[in-house]
Amino acid sequence: MIRYALTRLGLLVLGLAVASALIFLALRVLPGDVAQLVGGTQATPEQVEALRESLGLNVPLWQQYLGWIGGLFRGDLGTSLLTGTSVATELVDKAQVTVPLAAMSLTVALVVGIPLGILSALGRHRAGGTALSVAAQALAAVPVVWAGMMLVVVFAVWLGWLPPQGFPRAGWNDPGAAVRALILPALTIGVVEGAMLLRFVRSATLQAIGQDYVRTAAAKGLTRTRALLRHGLPNVGLSIITVLGVQIAGIIVGAVVIEQLFTLPGVGRMLVADVAARDLPKVQGELLALTGFVLVVGFVVDLVHRLIDPRQREAA
Amino acid sequence: MSTLKRLWSLSTGRFGILIVVLLVVVALVSLVWTPFDPGAVDARARWADPSWPHVLGTDNNGRDIASLLMAGTRTTIAVAVGAGVVATVLGLALAALGSLATRWVRESVAVLVDILIAFPVLLIAMMISAVWGGSLAVVIWAVGIGFGVNIARVTRPELRRVLQSDFVLAGRASGLTSWQNLTRHLLPNVAPVFIVQLSWGMAVAVLAEAGLSYLGFGAPVTQPSWGVLLSDLQRYIAVHPLTVIWPGLAITFTVLGLNLLGDALREAADPTLAERAPSARIHVPGVVA
Repeated sequence: MIRYALTRLGLLVLGLAVASALIFLALRVLPGDVAQLVGGTQATPEQVEALRESLGLNVPLWQQYLGWIGGLFRGDLGTSLLTGTSVATELVDKAQVTVPLAAMSLTVALVVGIPLGILSALGRHRAGGTALSVAAQALAAVPVVWAGMMLVVVFAVWLGWLPPQGFPRAGWNDPGAAVRALILPALTIGVVEGAMLLRFVRSATLQAIGQDYVRTAAAKGLTRTRALLRHGLPNVGLSIITVLGVQIAGIIVGAVVIEQLFTLPGVGRMLVADVAARDLPKVQGELLALTGFVLVVGFVVDLVHRLIDPRQREAA
Repeated sequence: MSTLKRLWSLSTGRFGILIVVLLVVVALVSLVWTPFDPGAVDARARWADPSWPHVLGTDNNGRDIASLLMAGTRTTIAVAVGAGVVATVLGLALAALGSLATRWVRESVAVLVDILIAFPVLLIAMMISAVWGGSLAVVIWAVGIGFGVNIARVTRPELRRVLQSDFVLAGRASGLTSWQNLTRHLLPNVAPVFIVQLSWGMAVAVLAEAGLSYLGFGAPVTQPSWGVLLSDLQRYIAVHPLTVIWPGLAITFTVLGLNLLGDALREAADPTLAERAPSARIHVPGVVA
């Protein structure tokens, strides 16, 4: 186990290094001059030169990269070109919207995906099970933005139950309004991700039904459903852990799009605005934070899976 | 031929094929005919309700929504095919490197693929568009790269297995050149897994086009595109909520068709794997939009 954890940790560190290098290089092959871009077309050559120096663009690429990485270890993700604020501070600020949104979305996805997935597998020869499976197949094909728009039309425009857009100015000082603002966005992401989870849980459950130990338990007098619940589902649970890592990545990505639709002041919306404004140091920090998060989730999920699945430990 | 027949015998396969064919037909027809000029602004016909001759109604500029949707099909197909080509070239190249090169290269490629596979397509797209600005090329490259590593991940073990199989050894022994061995034995054996991934990748491309165009990083606003149409109409969602249904339905149907086609292809290629299809697909992180 320890050897596995260390190997996996090595892969994580390597992944973070590759990710940071890719992000750094991709943003440096800009056709054009960052200093000129920041200075604007009115800037004199001397001003551009001064900017270049203050932005640290006059040193070789590898020194710039090392400087950036060195800053990371001190918690310094860089400074915005446009506003001069610290990227790390802004990330922490915006995460107060994105993290609760992601947590709520994940909850919805789990509540939708797991019980309905099991039901759909148990009832696979009945109309209900088939209907669930078809609905999940269709929902998994729905673009998240559009699902959000449909929910806005129904719950905000027609029924008027929830706000169509926005986040309270008071933020979490007004918890009721903040939660209400996040319900529709979380439902949107959660239902679409939940549909994908449902499909996975269904197929995992179907596989478990076919296993010998479930059949044996059923032969020894348990009903088929009870045999499945007691002996099959623990195995389904294990494979779901792997999927959760991917789901969390999907939820973060969904948040980028959905925060735009619902004008929520979160990490995703900030990233979209910064990409459009070409605030490169900020985009660089935000992209690294997001990919880093996805990589770390993958790492944790692998470790947990390994820790609780004895078969995997033996296989090593 | 027999694969096609088997595909058609599955209801999912039939549905998938019909949708893809319909899409191509609509795109071809839109080249020579649409009910109205998709770009034509008609101030007198703003927000027409669905009725003859505007069967799906018009938008805020009096443009015919049905015609815009028809023309948008071309953008969708261009992105799906473009991303498919990039993913194929990249994926097969990585798979080949990962199974044919020296041991050191093989293992580095495997690790690299494992790392890249965790990058959500949307983040790749934003990285590219931060540099080059938004365009359809961004969508094509982002999905192509994102799915290329997926194809490599799935194809490589298959390629390795076939490489060590008896019939390839026999082929080599009986004097086939590597090229002949490749075209006669390797490609036909690797093709099934690869084609399945490709059709799922194209579904992701369609979703990505919609999402990225919506965010302003995809198709330029002047181009007929389902994603652009979605973001245009969204601004009026409080007043004209129903117009937004059409582009969403078009996207959903297309993605559903490609997904089902992928599932059916998998089942037709290897019936024992059929029930596991979703678990393989779900390993695509960050399916955008």
